[in-house]
Amino acid sequence: MTTRIFIPCDTTALSMGADKLVSIFVAEAEKHNSTIEIVRNGSRGMFWLEPLVEIETSNGRMAYGPVEAQDVASLFESGLLTGSQQHPLALGLTEEIPFFKKQQRLTFARSGITDPLSIADYTSLDGFKGLKNALKSSGQQIVDEVKDSGLRGRGGAAFPTGIKWQTVLDVAAEQKYIVCNADEGDSGTFADRLVMECDPYMLIEGMTIAGLAVGATEGYIYLRSEYPVAHRIMNEAISRAEQAGYLGENILGSGRTFNLEVRLGAGAYICGEETSLLESLEGKRGLVRAKPPLPAIVGLFKQPTVVNNVLSFAAIPFILDKGGKAYADYGMGRSRGTLPLQLAGNVKQGGLIEMAFGVSLREIMEEFGQGTYSGRKLRAVQVGGPLGAYLPESQWDTLVDYEEFAAVGAVLGHGGIVMFDETVDMGEQARFSMEFCAVESCGKCTPCRIGSVRGVEVIDKIRAGDDAEKNLELLGDLCETMLDGSLCAMGGMTPYPVGSVMKYFPEDLRAKSISKEVQL
Amino acid sequence: MTIQEPLSITDIVDGLKHKPGALLPILHAIQEQFGFIPESAVGIIAKSLKQTKAEIDGVISFYHHFRTSQPGNHTIELCRAEACQSLGSRSLEAHAKTKLGIDFHHTTSDRKFSLDAVYCLGNCANGPSVRINDDIHGRTTVDKFDRLLEEYSAKSVSA
Ligand SMILES: Cc1cc2nc3c(=O)[nH]c(=O)nc-3n(C[C@H](O)[C@H](O)[C@H](O)COP(=O)(O)O)c2cc1C
Ligand code: SF4
Ligand code: FES
Repeated sequence: MTTRIFIPCDTTALSMGADKLVSIFVAEAEKHNSTIEIVRNGSRGMFWLEPLVEIETSNGRMAYGPVEAQDVASLFESGLLTGSQQHPLALGLTEEIPFFKKQQRLTFARSGITDPLSIADYTSLDGFKGLKNALKSSGQQIVDEVKDSGLRGRGGAAFPTGIKWQTVLDVAAEQKYIVCNADEGDSGTFADRLVMECDPYMLIEGMTIAGLAVGATEGYIYLRSEYPVAHRIMNEAISRAEQAGYLGENILGSGRTFNLEVRLGAGAYICGEETSLLESLEGKRGLVRAKPPLPAIVGLFKQPTVVNNVLSFAAIPFILDKGGKAYADYGMGRSRGTLPLQLAGNVKQGGLIEMAFGVSLREIMEEFGQGTYSGRKLRAVQVGGPLGAYLPESQWDTLVDYEEFAAVGAVLGHGGIVMFDETVDMGEQARFSMEFCAVESCGKCTPCRIGSVRGVEVIDKIRAGDDAEKNLELLGDLCETMLDGSLCAMGGMTPYPVGSVMKYFPEDLRAKSISKEVQL
Repeated sequence: MTIQEPLSITDIVDGLKHKPGALLPILHAIQEQFGFIPESAVGIIAKSLKQTKAEIDGVISFYHHFRTSQPGNHTIELCRAEACQSLGSRSLEAHAKTKLGIDFHHTTSDRKFSLDAVYCLGNCANGPSVRINDDIHGRTTVDKFDRLLEEYSAKSVSA
C-alpha cells in the first residue's frame, strides 16, 4: 500500500528546511521497504510548526512538526506511516489542532490541503465553480453579487470592491484592464504570498471573473520581486490554466477571453500604492499620480482599470459560487466576511488566521498566538504594516473591524499583526518609521521626502537628550505637516506609528534624555 | 543536448520590446542574465524603446532591486523590517556586517558575497529572515547565519 506524505512547499516551510526533507523521507522509506508518495502541498499557515509533515490515514491527515532532518529516522521507527502518535513531534489530526480548528476559512479553505498546481485538486474542492456561474451571468449580475457580499478591498483602504467594479463596468472603452496588486510590502504580512503559493488558481479565477464582470480581456499581476517562490508557482499555474481552457481565449468554450501575465516589481515599497504601481507597469519610475482621475476611469495605459489586492480577488470565487449573501453572513457592522489575519513578529504561534470580522486583537494574540516567542511580556503591537500605529495594552481589546480600529487612531490595513516583547525600544521603532519613509518615499512631495529625513534627525536629537522638549514639539509639528501635506499615505500615515509612540510610549522617546538630565 | 548560448543584451531587448510597458521586464531579464545592468545596456534599451538614456537611468536608479555593478557570487539580503526587528534582526545585521567586513550595497573583497537590505520577505512569523540568491532562510540566528556563509562559500556559482 502506498502512503501519502505531505511536505509543504511555501516559502516559510522552505525557509525552515522543507526541501531537504524530501530526499530523506524517500531514503528512509526505502530502508523500511515502504512505498510512499510525497505530495508537495501548500501550507496550512501554522508557521511555528513548519515544516509540518502530514500522513494520510483512514481517519484523516495526521500532523507532525516541526520536522527536522534528524527527526525522520525516529519518526519512521515510531510508526509514522500508520499515523502512530508515539513520537514527541506527533500533533494528532491536523484539523483538530486548536489554532486551525477555531478558524473560519472561506478564502483559505484549500490552503495546505491541496497540491497548489493540481487543477484536479482545485476543482475537487469547489474550484472554478464561481467562474462557471460568472460565465452564465451578465457583467451587471456579477457586480451585483460582489456588492451584496459587502466585500471591501483588502489592500488597506477598504474601499467597497463592488462599487469600484461598477465604475469600470460603466465606462465605455476599447480596452479595460484588471490589475492585481501583489506588491505586499507591509512587514508582518504574507497572506497574498500564501494565496499565490498555496492556491494560485483561486487568484486566477477571481481575476478572470473580474474581467468578465467589467469587460476586460487583459490582466496583470504586479508581484514583488522579493517573492521568488510565488513567482515560479504563479507562472506555472497560469500556463496550466491556459492549457486546461480556464484562461486565455475561449474560456471553457464560452467565446470569452481573458489573458493574464505576471509582472515583477523591483523592490520599491511605494509601488504598492495603486497609481505608483500603474506607472511601474507602464515601465516608468513609480511616482504617485494625483487622484482624481481614479484608476477605475483613467488607469493602466490611460484605460479604465480595476486595481485590487490579491485577497480581494481571492474572495471572489467563493462569492460567485456560494453567493454574496453567504459571504456577508460573516462579520460585523460594515466589515463583512472574513479577514485573513497574519500573526507575526515576536509570537509563539505565528501564522495565518482567517476569522470573521469581530474577533478581538487580544484573542488573536493570546488564544492563537499564545504570547511571545521569547516568553517575555508583550509590550507593543503594530497592526497594518509600517504605516500602522503601535498599540499599547489598553487597546488590545479592540475588535478586528475597520471602524473600531479607526476609532482608536489605528488601522487594520492588510491585516498584519506584529508583536514586540518588553525588550523593544519604542524610540528606535519611531525612528525606523521615519527612516523607512525616507528610504521609500517616491520623492514627489516635500513633506514626505524632506520631512522624513528631518524626522530621523529630530528623533536622534531627542534620544540623545539634545533639547528634548523643543525637539519633541518639533517632531509633533513635523508629523502635522506630513499628515496634511502629503499626496499619499506614505507620507500621510508615517505620523501614525510615530505619533502612537509619542502618545503611548513617551518614556522611550525621552528615556535617554531623562537619564542624561538626571546625571547632570 | 545543445548548450544554450547566453543571450546578448540586444537579443533580450528585441525579445521583449513589443510588450506593453516593456522596460521593467527588460531590466529584469538583463539582470537575470548578467547579475546586474551593464552600462552598455542603457543605450541599447533607450534606442530600442525610443527613450532617452537619462530616462532609462532614472528608472534603474528608482528601484532598489536593480544594480549597476557586478555583485559577488552570492547575494545576501537581510530583512530590516519590523517583524524581523522584533526577533533580533538589528543585532544580526550588525553581526553580518562585521563578519563580512562590508556595509550594505557592498561586495566582499574575495567577491564571494554581496550584502543588501530588504524590507520584508513575507516570512515574518519565522524571522529573522535572510534571502541568499533565491533561497529564503528563517529563524536566522547569528550561528545559523555563520553556517549559511560556510554552506554557500562552498558553492562557487550562485544557484
Ligand atoms: C504606500 C502605500 C503602499 C501600499 N501597498 C499596497 C500593497 O502592497 N498591496 C496592496 O494591495 N495595496 C497597497 N496599497 C493600497 C493600494 O493603493 C490600493 O488601495 C489597493 O491596491 C486597492 O485594492 P483593494 O481595494 O482590493 O484593497 C498601498 C497604499 C499605499 C499608500
Ligand atoms: S507622500 Fe511620499 S510617497 Fe506619497 S506621493 Fe508624496 S512623496 Fe510620494
Ligand atoms: S519583516 Fe522580515 S520577513 Fe517580513
